[in-house]
Amino acid sequence: MREQEPSSTTLIAALSIAGFLSGIIIIAVYLATFDTIAENKARELREAVFRVLPGVTRMQKLRFDGEALVVMPDDAKDDENTIYGGYDDAGRFIGYAIANGGPGFQDTIRVLYGYQPVGRKVVGMWILESRETPGLGDKIYKDAAFVANFDDLAIDPQIVTVKKGTKSAANEIDAITGATISSKAVVRIMNEAHAVWDQRLPSLAPRLKPQQPESEK
Amino acid sequence: MASSKPGSKHSAYEEMIKGLWRDNPVFVQVLGMCPMLAVTNSAINAIAMGLATFFVLVGSSFLVSSLKQWIPRQVRISVYIVIIATFVTVVDYVLLAMVPAIHKELGAFIPLIVANCLILGRQEAFASKHTVKFAVMDAIGMAAGFLLAMFALGSVREILGEGKLFGLSLFGDNFEPWVIMILPPGGFITLGLLLLLFNWVTERKQAFIAQVAEAERSKA
Repeated sequence: MREQEPSSTTLIAALSIAGFLSGIIIIAVYLATFDTIAENKARELREAVFRVLPGVTRMQKLRFDGEALVVMPDDAKDDENTIYGGYDDAGRFIGYAIANGGPGFQDTIRVLYGYQPVGRKVVGMWILESRETPGLGDKIYKDAAFVANFDDLAIDPQIVTVKKGTKSAANEIDAITGATISSKAVVRIMNEAHAVWDQRLPSLAPRLKPQQPESEK
Repeated sequence: MASSKPGSKHSAYEEMIKGLWRDNPVFVQVLGMCPMLAVTNSAINAIAMGLATFFVLVGSSFLVSSLKQWIPRQVRISVYIVIIATFVTVVDYVLLAMVPAIHKELGAFIPLIVANCLILGRQEAFASKHTVKFAVMDAIGMAAGFLLAMFALGSVREILGEGKLFGLSLFGDNFEPWVIMILPPGGFITLGLLLLLFNWVTERKQAFIAQVAEAERSKA
């Protein structure tokens, strides 16, 4: 090499400075966009609750505190014991919307599903988060036929994935051809959530708290 | 890859314009094929991806060119990657905050812009050897060429695959969409046909220039 070889210290310093500056920029952008992103996610979740529970016009946050479901304020932080109760215009309880996550084919899939304790059935499913393969695994939310599987689905003894076109029982769903792993992941995530929540959920949720600010939609 | 010598008679304007046609990153250099094939199933996705790439390419070309004398040769690729990755992360967060629907559609392909060989290629082949002005002009041209190619592929696939453009129905209800066009094979087929068209036009143009030269020579 004709030019003078720079010392290792120089190289390390150059990379450290680059990394440091990059880190600062990323943190700044992360902080600047954090609120908007959180807001978007909360709004998306609210819209998803209305989608997975047909007929629902009002909702409230519920949390299982170890013994019973308690009503939470809307701005309470979500944790794994938080679910949503859906009610109609008259304030009558319709069903629960339960979110759960689990490993998919690529990354964590987060699923929200609507559950009616009275008929013990699932009435809707919505994918909150997924990075499944475009064109194959992403059909878990893009393929209307697959999503429709969950519109009226018995949950007992548990949900079973079967090969596409062979659905015969009320608790079976048709898997997506070419995306069996993703289809099964969705079902497993729902079965796991149901195993946890089945005993916790009373068939009638706590009453809708008065003067619900959630009058939108 | 045609890269011109610094200080030659090339103007900054030429550096910019070359990316659109003569050195088009997609149709001539065949770079950046991963996003090209993966997210061009609709015109709007293609444009969003093209714009994200535009921002990253122009931003990193500017920085690489401005900082080139402080970046030691031995670690330059790592530094370029850090710079590119920073811009990509910024784009990722901004898209997530501003247009979550499009971010969801593009999904894993936004972080993958880091690995787009078009971007690193321009840093190594051009921005690190030219002045800031030329580097930025080159990046604008290349990114615009990429955006153009993305839009060409995306609109053809959306029109044929869904009978729509930008989500607006074009042909009415009687149109039977060619579903294959929005699936992966449709990407390859459309890209192949566009490359064919591009090469055919280029060849015709050269033949025409040759013909004119021939005619002038025989006249003289």
